Amino acid sequence: MSRAAELKRAWPTMLRVGFASAVAYRGEFLVWLLSTNMPLVMLLLWSAVAKEAPVGRFGEAEFIAYFLATLVVRMLTGAWVGWELNFEIRQGTLGMRLLKPIHPFLVWAADNLAAQPLRALIALPIAVGALLWVGSGQLSGDAINWVVLPFSIFAAWLITFFANAMIGTIAFYWESSMSVFGLWMGLYFVLAGYTIPLELLPPWLLAVARWLPFRFLLSYPVELILGLVSGRDLWIGLAVQWAWVGFFFAAAQASWKAGLRRFAAYGG
Amino acid sequence: MFRYVRLFGVQLRTSLLLMMQYRVDFLLDAAMSLFWTGSALVPLLVLFGKRDSVVGWSWPEALLVVAWFTLLKGILNGAIHPALQSVVEHIRKGTLDFVLLKPADAQFLVSTARFELWRGADVVGGLLLLGWALVEMKLVPSVGAVVTTAALLAGAVAILYSLWIFVISLAFVTVKVDNLTYLFESIYDAGRWPASIYRGFLSFLFTFVIPLALMTTWPALAILGRLEPAQVILALGAAVAFSVAARLVWRTSIRHYTSAGG
Repeated sequence: MSRAAELKRAWPTMLRVGFASAVAYRGEFLVWLLSTNMPLVMLLLWSAVAKEAPVGRFGEAEFIAYFLATLVVRMLTGAWVGWELNFEIRQGTLGMRLLKPIHPFLVWAADNLAAQPLRALIALPIAVGALLWVGSGQLSGDAINWVVLPFSIFAAWLITFFANAMIGTIAFYWESSMSVFGLWMGLYFVLAGYTIPLELLPPWLLAVARWLPFRFLLSYPVELILGLVSGRDLWIGLAVQWAWVGFFFAAAQASWKAGLRRFAAYGG
Repeated sequence: MFRYVRLFGVQLRTSLLLMMQYRVDFLLDAAMSLFWTGSALVPLLVLFGKRDSVVGWSWPEALLVVAWFTLLKGILNGAIHPALQSVVEHIRKGTLDFVLLKPADAQFLVSTARFELWRGADVVGGLLLLGWALVEMKLVPSVGAVVTTAALLAGAVAILYSLWIFVISLAFVTVKVDNLTYLFESIYDAGRWPASIYRGFLSFLFTFVIPLALMTTWPALAILGRLEPAQVILALGAAVAFSVAARLVWRTSIRHYTSAGG
């Protein structure tokens, strides 16, 4: 049987296993989701600010819509492969995965993707509630934005996943690789639009942030939802986003292959 | 009593020795903490670049709140979190027995078991921010204000520690609390901003249930000399109440410890 056919057979089972494990640890899962409350705190801060006077083109309703959209996109694009990879490399338990006739990235991808329905279950009420709260006037009225959105969210998940995997593989080379996650998250908070809408950043920083991968993890899909991006910029954004998908896919693969040669599977 | 002071010294020395083994991690973690503090400041910097005051707070005043928040976070990550995290580990493995057998108070032993001073870099970061804010305001706080602030901060540490004891005590029941502590940390993040941005239910929650307002906003008000004496008494009373409650919860939890582990 060819590799592709094998994969086609194994993949649905892997997804089912992933989903079952997400359901089995639903309590823990819920707590993780509740921990994603940063957008809500930022929402309170910025809407309190906007109550006094709008910031740029962001009034109170715009901020509420922005941070709720942020929360929804963030929930739908979660990946945690890097932490597991890092842990398994250091513990040596990665060896078990290498014995299986399937690329571990695919296993993790199934695992991370399978949790999405459960995450969507939480995200959906937020989205509907938000819609009722601020009214549909905040949403993009352009059909193109909504057609592009699913592709953009999927791309955002792919970048998150592969960037995560790439940082995880650094554990092959360097014991203290966890600090790279810290660096990545610190940049993410500012440059992905997680704590502040990108267009409020100072112009010089915005000019950089527009092209960095962080925007495409979160801000770009949010911009699509709210209609903050349109026309030519929309297509450029989508192209750049998928270019980053390609980049992180290649980088994660390369780092994985090179790292595996050094892997000694101690411990475990 | 003197025995406990000596015991504290021994525990601290052990932690220090452990720390010296991982010098690179020490520097990395310290640098990372400062980087995070800086990156979290960006929204505030942008905000105050656009206007002079937000919900009644000027830039240096808001910076004071961030300073206390950062300082407390350093204490949390350097002294409270690592020690109590190891309790969870003990409970899971059943090795808490060995701690309970020792001829000293178990809560004291576990609470001082681990200091990760490199995670305490935020204490330095917080003090730097404090200095920055004071210079910006050209404010030399009065002796009374300094004493009050110090007392409030000590109270804040006590509250933070007590809250952590509550979370950890859940480990006696649920065994796994890694993500609960993570959840709590994410809630603690809300203390970064002046409490007046929270209204209604949240304002109540962050003043009386998870008293973030008492921990970061009130010390900032105290150093500005704007805190009412009644608030000082309330804050310190809350600290005592939380500490007593933490002690009771700990005793109850220990009684339910079954040492199953293994």
